[in-house]
Amino acid sequence: SYLISFSFQQRIEIHKLRQGDNLLLGFSIGGGIDQDPTQNPFSEDKTDKGIYVTRVTAGGPAEVAGLQVGDKIMQVNGWDMTMVTHDQARKRLTKRNEEVVRLLVTRQSLQKAVQQSMMS
Amino acid sequence: KIEPLKVTVDFLKVPLGLKKPPLKEALAALPGKPKSQILERHKPRRSDAMDNESQYSGYSYKSGHSRSSRKHRDRRERHRSKSRDGTRGDKSVTIQAPGEPLLDNESTRGDERDDNWGETTTVVTGTSEHSISHDDLTHITKDMEDSAHLDCSRHLGVALGAALALLAFLTPLAFLLLPQLLWREELEPCGTPCEGLFISVAFKLLILLLGSWALFFRRPKAFFPRVFVFRALLMVLVFLLVVSYWLFYGVRILDSRDRNYRGVVQFAVSLVDALLFVHYLAVVLLELRQLQPQFTLKAVRSADGTSRFYNVGHLSIQRAAVWILENYYHDFPVYNPALLNLPKSVLSKKMSGFKVYSLGEENSTNNSTGQSRAVIAAAARRRDNSHNEFYYEEAEHERRVRKRRARLVVAVEEAFTHIKRLQEEEQKNPREIMDPREAAQAIFASMARAMQKYLRTTKQQPYHTMESILQHLEFCITHDMTPKAFLERYLTAGPTIQYHKDRWLAKQWTLVSEEPVTNGLKDGVVFVLKRQDFSLVVSTKKIPFFKLSEEFVDPKSHKFIMRLQSETSV
Repeated sequence: SYLISFSFQQRIEIHKLRQGDNLLLGFSIGGGIDQDPTQNPFSEDKTDKGIYVTRVTAGGPAEVAGLQVGDKIMQVNGWDMTMVTHDQARKRLTKRNEEVVRLLVTRQSLQKAVQQSMMS
Repeated sequence: KIEPLKVTVDFLKVPLGLKKPPLKEALAALPGKPKSQILERHKPRRSDAMDNESQYSGYSYKSGHSRSSRKHRDRRERHRSKSRDGTRGDKSVTIQAPGEPLLDNESTRGDERDDNWGETTTVVTGTSEHSISHDDLTHITKDMEDSAHLDCSRHLGVALGAALALLAFLTPLAFLLLPQLLWREELEPCGTPCEGLFISVAFKLLILLLGSWALFFRRPKAFFPRVFVFRALLMVLVFLLVVSYWLFYGVRILDSRDRNYRGVVQFAVSLVDALLFVHYLAVVLLELRQLQPQFTLKAVRSADGTSRFYNVGHLSIQRAAVWILENYYHDFPVYNPALLNLPKSVLSKKMSGFKVYSLGEENSTNNSTGQSRAVIAAAARRRDNSHNEFYYEEAEHERRVRKRRARLVVAVEEAFTHIKRLQEEEQKNPREIMDPREAAQAIFASMARAMQKYLRTTKQQPYHTMESILQHLEFCITHDMTPKAFLERYLTAGPTIQYHKDRWLAKQWTLVSEEPVTNGLKDGVVFVLKRQDFSLVVSTKKIPFFKLSEEFVDPKSHKFIMRLQSETSV
């Protein structure tokens, strides 16, 4: 059997958690057009300046919604996130008047080829 | 080809009173050894008692060798030594140490061999420097014949130039003196202006003399095969100038007996000015024009591929050839024929073991080529391991050389610790005080064997005689050099000019060129400088035209930022 790598898109809806005065999403982002793309451990293409999920807090709203480490965030509530600075991305995610953010993410996946079915 | 040699040798043997058999018989007398290795050419010392010395080694050195090697003397001595070889045809065999075969170029003797030139007087011989084959003999005789009439033409050129220069120099003086001598009474008196002009003529002539001495009175560094175009041009120019001046002088002044002496003096001054300008032209044409680099010459030695690049200006092909040769002698490592080929053990295995028999072929030429092709094809099909052999052989040789080198370095370092310079304050027994030569001889014995083994392994032994090593050691001791400085000469193969003149192996080079050699260099010109054993192939390339543009960078514009790799939690 061998591994096939492909990417697929996923829509994820995160409900923000209120903690005092702040609305938390429960993950960390890295990347942006003003950042150094070669140091991104999650990107396939080292010139990719997109926004990537670098950490997901356990039990947080992001994990509950199904966000995973290494996902690349393409859109947030319809706003494009592929060509934004790091700060712009942060701002778009942490708008005070939004309680729910709908993300469009791209995920790389490695799956074992289904050989058993071929053999059987 | 032996006959012309015999004639010259017979001529030379008369003052020496030696009787010699012809070389062929001498060669035949020697039992079964290959021709090229047998004839040993020994350089005779000044004393004539050579025949009695049974220990003549290949490492003899001619003391009292005068600096300027005149062709005739060298050749005659070479002939003389050859004639002596002839008399000692049989003796040359017995001179070697008993039981040891001749050393040929490629054999490296193992450690068990007992080479003792360092200690005793028995001989180690037979290296190729001192053996002449038949080809060499014929070349030498040819050289002798050629040089006779070439010298005449060169000297003719020099004589002509000198005569012309003298004429040009004396002409203004003649112009000034002739009216005084011939019609003195009729001349108008000419006061201060004339005196001023006299002084200026005198000084200008002096300057001309000094300038000509600086520019022209030099030992020629080479003999060119063809006329040096610029020099010829200048000589023609000077000749025309002087002749036309004389013409005018003769017609206007001598015939008409011009009274105006001031005019005559001014006429002479104008000639001197014109000569000074011709001298200026000579400086520009002969010296200045070639200074600015225009071409890059690549010189490759055909024997082993050593190559160098040189930048030259506008030169004719023959001048460029001389320039290359001047640089060859101090840039290229010395040509060592022993280092050229792959060792025989690597190559010899290729063609063995296949014999091809042809059955029923009538055309003989087809037969042979078909046969050889079959052999080559068969050999190629066999598994070829010679590169393997070569690799291991090289590695082994490297290791051996490094080992010997280490021994040599240690031996030399140790030897140098045995002597030191005498300080002024120290009082020593006069018997203990040595001059550099004695000091060198004292420490030479301890390093001699290591040195000899090293030279043998690197196949440099023809280039360094015992005497030359001793001299170099003496030189280093005198100048307080360290052992490393002493060894610098032996650890790397130096340029040819570093070695004794006999190693320069004939200063006769032949220029081979498709274009006439007085043509200027152009992009793509190729010419070859040939010598007997190898040749230098020189190719020309034009130096590219550089488009240089300017860019101003404000020093304040150098600004930098950090490379960011932020992570924000949301």
